[in-house]
Amino acid sequence: MSKEQTENKTSVPSGSPPIEVHDLTVAYDQKPVLWDIDFELPKASLTAIVGPNGAGKSTLIKAAMGLIEASSGYTLIYGKPLDKQRNRVAYVPQRESVDWNFPISVMDVVLMGRYPHLRLFQRPSRRDKEIAIKALTETGMDAYQKRQISQLSGGQQQRVFLARALAQDADIYLMDEPLAGVDAATEDVIFNKLKELRDRGKTVVVVHHDLQSVPENFDRTMLLNLRMIACGPVSEVFTDDNLQKTYGGRLNILSQMIEESRQQRFVRETDS
Amino acid sequence: MEVLIEFFSLQDPNIRFVLAGTILLGLSAGALGCFAILRRRALVGDAVAHAILPGVCLAFIIAGGKDPLMLVAGAFVFGLLSMVTMDFISRNSRIAPDASIGMVLSVFFGFGVVLLTFIQTTGFVDQSGLDDFLFGQAAAMVGSDVKVFGGLSLLILIVTVIVFKELKLISFDPSFARSIGYPVKRMEFLLALLMVLIITAGIQAVGVVLMASMLIIPAAAARYWTDSLRVMLLIAAGVGALSGVTGSFISYTAPAMPTGPWMVVSAALIFFLSFLLAPGKGEIARHIQKIRLSHKVAYENILKTLYSMEEEDGRTDRLRPAKELRKRRHLSRRKMRRVLSTLLRKKLITRFGGTPDGFLLTETGRKEAKRLVRVHRLWEQYLSQHLQIAEDHLHDDAESMEHLITSDIEAQLRRSLGSPALDPHKSAIPYDNDEDEPAGKKSGAKAGGRAGSGSQSGKNRRGGAS
Repeated sequence: MSKEQTENKTSVPSGSPPIEVHDLTVAYDQKPVLWDIDFELPKASLTAIVGPNGAGKSTLIKAAMGLIEASSGYTLIYGKPLDKQRNRVAYVPQRESVDWNFPISVMDVVLMGRYPHLRLFQRPSRRDKEIAIKALTETGMDAYQKRQISQLSGGQQQRVFLARALAQDADIYLMDEPLAGVDAATEDVIFNKLKELRDRGKTVVVVHHDLQSVPENFDRTMLLNLRMIACGPVSEVFTDDNLQKTYGGRLNILSQMIEESRQQRFVRETDS
Repeated sequence: MEVLIEFFSLQDPNIRFVLAGTILLGLSAGALGCFAILRRRALVGDAVAHAILPGVCLAFIIAGGKDPLMLVAGAFVFGLLSMVTMDFISRNSRIAPDASIGMVLSVFFGFGVVLLTFIQTTGFVDQSGLDDFLFGQAAAMVGSDVKVFGGLSLLILIVTVIVFKELKLISFDPSFARSIGYPVKRMEFLLALLMVLIITAGIQAVGVVLMASMLIIPAAAARYWTDSLRVMLLIAAGVGALSGVTGSFISYTAPAMPTGPWMVVSAALIFFLSFLLAPGKGEIARHIQKIRLSHKVAYENILKTLYSMEEEDGRTDRLRPAKELRKRRHLSRRKMRRVLSTLLRKKLITRFGGTPDGFLLTETGRKEAKRLVRVHRLWEQYLSQHLQIAEDHLHDDAESMEHLITSDIEAQLRRSLGSPALDPHKSAIPYDNDEDEPAGKKSGAKAGGRAGSGSQSGKNRRGGAS
């Protein structure tokens, strides 16, 4: 399988890794949701971020992209600060994060993937449109170009988001639950596309909720539950022991402390 | 009629001023309002509009009378101040946004009314025209007013057109916009600024109490006619401008009438017409669609009834009288006649007059009936297999779903169930034995040769033909 090939490719050191995240800590209202996360991912890899609900999976990629404020930490893209390298990263938000009744067409959404390549106030060119159409064709959505987005099924919406990311023509893809609520056909399309991106040397990171499909479809995995449990090749990291650590024992000392700190804050507020 | 000619001949320079002012205002308020309602900020607009009243009053006090530039400055400062206050409250407290909007609206407006009363009672400034800012009086506009307010509207319109692409992006998907390095915060601030400015531009013509409706109503009306943001902006601008013309005309012909309320009433009328008449989304179109659907349900049910009669006695050549159909389907005589005539027109059934009198499924009719029975039974099977719904609850649900199941969904059902032979009530599920059958076999094979799917299709064929 191509998994082995990928591993071989990545073991060759070639300058800075595509993406590295250091000391990332995020807290909402004093309550930590991510605790000192460090990781780096190689070229030509397909990584699943897994963990229970509320483990901070979405928060991790949002904070890594600088979309929410982190208490500490930073992201480097090919060794340089993220803000200088945003053109090389494509982010796919959760499907529910946008209003699908918004009055725009499928084509409009995919063209937004070309915006990073346009100057402010510049309109998309014919070439941008060609790229958008190609991205739609690759996700099997070319027949829906003119369709208003409210007329799409959940799976089709995810495909449109994927097409937009493809139109961005990036080196790193960070996707938040691109397989949530999709039909079987869409799941195939998306998985094939993700693998193809990896085989073309891209770094693909996916927040994923279905543990069963991890070994078959991903070559790396990141197990997350407020802190990083493990990160590495699926064959090494995706073990019963690690999964137990990730999903079992919700009442570990860390979450107890978090609960404790919230209670204390509450007490202090009423005391004063 | 004379007034109409007099008004639209534009002989009177005052009319030209008034029209230019209200049309420009309507255009840009309509266009900008689209972003306000799509980003769910309509109420914020209302609060800002009310909150500029103290600014207007202070401008009167400082200038010692009405001075358009001073008014704009005062209104702008207080508009911005109210927005910052709302933002501050919802950011730094547990008060929900709607409560903070309500608070800012009434507190600022209350303060404005206090100042207004103060000016009116002390009388140390020239207060002529101050009342107009509550409900707007376009007729009172003079050249210098139009230059300031109209110029402001035009500026807002131009900026909106230039940053259209960026506003579209941050309105639809702000987190994606941030991910590609767009200055989302600054764009949001620009949009807020434009909103305060357009409200400021509207104080003379529409007034602070009603200005928000010129942002909201044209945009809401426009949403009925299109699914494209660009077109929505154009329509909303048009509706705004048209309301401007109507409002100005009425307040010109009846001078005691304030312009603002009439602009709002005309916009509301256009909204109401859109709500009723818009194709696809309008109420009338939706009602017609509903009637069509219920008619479709009725005739599909007759097809099914004819098919099950054939199933029962195994005869496809026996005429079925209308009376017998009515007995099974409880349709009124009139409705039955309409349904049957639709079926005849669509060539799904044929009629044989004389004795015996009755109806017969045509080849296409039988195929369609078979399809309906098939999806009905597939759906029942799906529900009982995947959702463990009790057998006696299945039928009613399938009865409504069968009219909605598309061929795509049917294919998925068959793939997921492996084209079963029997439904939960042990009735055979009829498959088409000609063109459809290979597809059924193929899907069975694709499902990884689920146990017995091949032999089931064999049974189906027999079941269907019996």
